[in-house]
Amino acid sequence: MPLFKDQGIVVRQHKLGEADKIVTILTQGSGKIRAVAKGLRRTKSRFGARLEPFTHVSLLVHRGRGALDTVTQAEILSAHRTVREDLALLTAGEAMLEAVDRVAEEHERNVRLFLLLLSGLRVLDASPADPAAVAESFLLKLLSLSGFHPALTACAVCGNPAAALFSSGQGGAVCDGCAEHGAGPVAPEALSWLAGVARADLADAGGMTPPDAVRREARAMLYGFAEYHLERRMRTLPMLARTPLPAAVVP
Amino acid sequence: MYEGPIQDLVDELSRLPGIGPKSAQRLAFHIVKADPREARRLAEAIIQAKERVAFCRECGNVAEGDLCRICRDPGRDPTTLCVVEEPKDVVAMEKAGVLKGRYHVLGGAISPLDGIGPEDLRVKELLDRVEQDGVTEVIVATNPNLEGNATAMYVAALLKPAGIRVTRLASGLPVGGDLEYADEVTLGQALEGRREI
Ligand SMILES: [Zn+2]
Ligand SMILES: [Zn+2]
Repeated sequence: MPLFKDQGIVVRQHKLGEADKIVTILTQGSGKIRAVAKGLRRTKSRFGARLEPFTHVSLLVHRGRGALDTVTQAEILSAHRTVREDLALLTAGEAMLEAVDRVAEEHERNVRLFLLLLSGLRVLDASPADPAAVAESFLLKLLSLSGFHPALTACAVCGNPAAALFSSGQGGAVCDGCAEHGAGPVAPEALSWLAGVARADLADAGGMTPPDAVRREARAMLYGFAEYHLERRMRTLPMLARTPLPAAVVP
Repeated sequence: MYEGPIQDLVDELSRLPGIGPKSAQRLAFHIVKADPREARRLAEAIIQAKERVAFCRECGNVAEGDLCRICRDPGRDPTTLCVVEEPKDVVAMEKAGVLKGRYHVLGGAISPLDGIGPEDLRVKELLDRVEQDGVTEVIVATNPNLEGNATAMYVAALLKPAGIRVTRLASGLPVGGDLEYADEVTLGQALEGRREI
């Protein structure tokens, strides 16, 4: 199939030569693709804003012989414009894009990942009160999808519900008896906040804000766990961690 | 792979932005084959630029000496600042020749994906200048892309509460373009930025 139609979400852009760009797109039917958009760097490009990151587009793509495809046509399905208009939303959105770029395989269909990203961006586009929590909930769901769901309510090794330590390498919360070297103590509130955010719909993740100290501890655990299992430093996470937190909601 | 000096030259050239290994080879062989005077002029120009050009302590533009040409010019209005990402944007704006104010070069744009946050840019210097120089208008001329837009929004949110007029370069339809080919984001921005004629 040298020419194919699909829908996708633009994940990122790289410059290519003087006038072109390589666009990374998570498609619904073909997984991640990297495609050349000819003339995209020119002011008068026929693509205009259609291939900006976060845009949900319908695409006509020419499948290349090597790793690179070529975008022939693009139409906007949803621009997710609100996400670009605010730094906290943008940071949360880029954290989602970076994680997706990391786990998506090229030319390997992953509809659930595509739908997860689409719903994540829709929730951000509605300006939630706590965009960072939405991104953190997204990260947990993405890790689950990729087979790295952290144990949060019981020991990852033996299932003991009294798990008061945390080890990324052992798969999350662990009990005293199972903890290996490198496991650290963790507040039960931080674990239960993460468990709640992991269970919640993305749209509700922002509504369960704990006290700052709990949030900070939960973040440190989640970010460490994500970087351990994605086998890479995530460049967006330090900025996500600095996103101002809304006041704690005391139940 | 080549040997000795030619490989060193290829290596150095391929470190430059936008130069891949193939281009680096082509440039290296061009230089080696060129007239020795031509090669010496190039080397000299690089050394001179590196030694004599610094960054303006006021605005962050390239400068020969402490202040750039624009900040030294008493005819340029210090109460209007045009905020740009890079010194090359100053050059582009100056070519248009319509700005009577001065510039502020941020040194990049906010990009969480590249790990670049506001604290990595010359934002604090901007706030200091606005306060000290009695700036009344800030024109944000960052690039009309994701990063430039995020930067513009961030700068506007910092300055507006202080009563500063913050404007942004209009973005929309390219001169010479066709309406029917415009996408909805570009058209939407063009409509928001419309003006009376
Ligand atoms: Zn155990
Ligand atoms: Zn200057």
